[in-house]
Amino acid sequence: MPAPQCASCHKARAALRRPRSGQALCGTCFCAAFEAEVLHTVVAGRLLPPGAVVAVGASGGKDSTVLAHVLRELAPRLGISLQLVAVDEGIGGYRDAALAAVRRQAARWELPLTVVAYEDLFGGWTMDAVARSTAGSGRSRSCCTFCGVLRRRALEEGARLVGATHVVTGHNADDMAETVLMNFLRGDAGRLARGGGLGSPGEGGALPRCRPLQLASQKEVVLYAHFRRLDYFSEECVYAPEAFRGHARHLLKLLEAARPSAVLDLVHSAERLALAPAARPPPPGACSRCGALASRALCQACALLDGLDRGRPRLAIGKGRRGRDEGG
Amino acid sequence: MAAPLSVEVEFGGGAELLFDGVKKHQVTLPGQKEPWDIRNLLVWIKKNLLKERPELFMQGDSVRPGILVLINDADWELLGELDYQLQDQDSVLFISTLHGHQMGS
Repeated sequence: MPAPQCASCHKARAALRRPRSGQALCGTCFCAAFEAEVLHTVVAGRLLPPGAVVAVGASGGKDSTVLAHVLRELAPRLGISLQLVAVDEGIGGYRDAALAAVRRQAARWELPLTVVAYEDLFGGWTMDAVARSTAGSGRSRSCCTFCGVLRRRALEEGARLVGATHVVTGHNADDMAETVLMNFLRGDAGRLARGGGLGSPGEGGALPRCRPLQLASQKEVVLYAHFRRLDYFSEECVYAPEAFRGHARHLLKLLEAARPSAVLDLVHSAERLALAPAARPPPPGACSRCGALASRALCQACALLDGLDRGRPRLAIGKGRRGRDEGG
Repeated sequence: MAAPLSVEVEFGGGAELLFDGVKKHQVTLPGQKEPWDIRNLLVWIKKNLLKERPELFMQGDSVRPGILVLINDADWELLGELDYQLQDQDSVLFISTLHGHQMGS
């Protein structure tokens, strides 16, 4: 059976059906609709005001590649300027290839690129070193926990280096839904309460952060990259098979097969959550070492690094971990 | 009775890693009694092209959830999915959406 005609231009053959509206669109019209939706997300949420210097967390992967490409298209309309910031976690083989992809993109798009390395920021600790240090602890997935916390910090540092006013990352709807599931499964009330909104306003001196692709499904991100012929890096992080997120992702795929709207529904549910009074976390203070937002004496990044330096890497994770685990 | 078919089978988004890293495969499907559709193309791919870990590419008689299938640049959902009957010179692209890690995708 032949594909139907595009419902928008009525000229080309449709290439896909949009999951939410069921509308059949050709590749060109789909890409235009995708870009229009990202523009709407940013404008309606007042995420990136005119004059903003926007640091784009660029990993070379499909989401940040699509994010950077779309924002570059929209930049003149939004009146913003872009800076690519890539994080080098020090994962041999994997990260080098990914960074090569980012460099190609920076050259093709003519955007400035800054690379920040864990090794420089965190006293010589690369992820490979962290993985070796946590290897004997019986729960190898803990190295992903470190990476999540440290990457956020590294991106913040890189953004400051380039004088950014805002930080954007490429999290898509599937990522957000996985995070919601993970937080429920780990009983992380604090994160559930904070994670729903489109952006964090930047508490404790952190730069405002948002995720313009948050309402875009992963499938549509991949299709956009395909129709725009974008070059991205797609190998799995060597440590990823051990991360807890893989379980949430698998569960989400099963749910989506039974009910396609489950992904976006989860994201919307999280936005509407209100915590019971007893569950609300206390107002956070400042880290005694670096001044960042912290609910204990040390912020998570400093606590994790402290544990690593003392040869006791599980110091900040493990028992009493509700609200402590991050990333993965 | 189906005549032999020449089709291009392509893998992307990381799926190529299951096929020795080779993205494009020019394939000649032999003449056979049953018509060639995506269902029996998948069987043929599993038997002749897939190098490792079939469970990462297939689930039952279809592709694993998270693998997109484009036939001549159109989503297979529009064309009957497994039941689409292949024609000579068709191009089938399998894109994996499952890889990397959550942040930094």
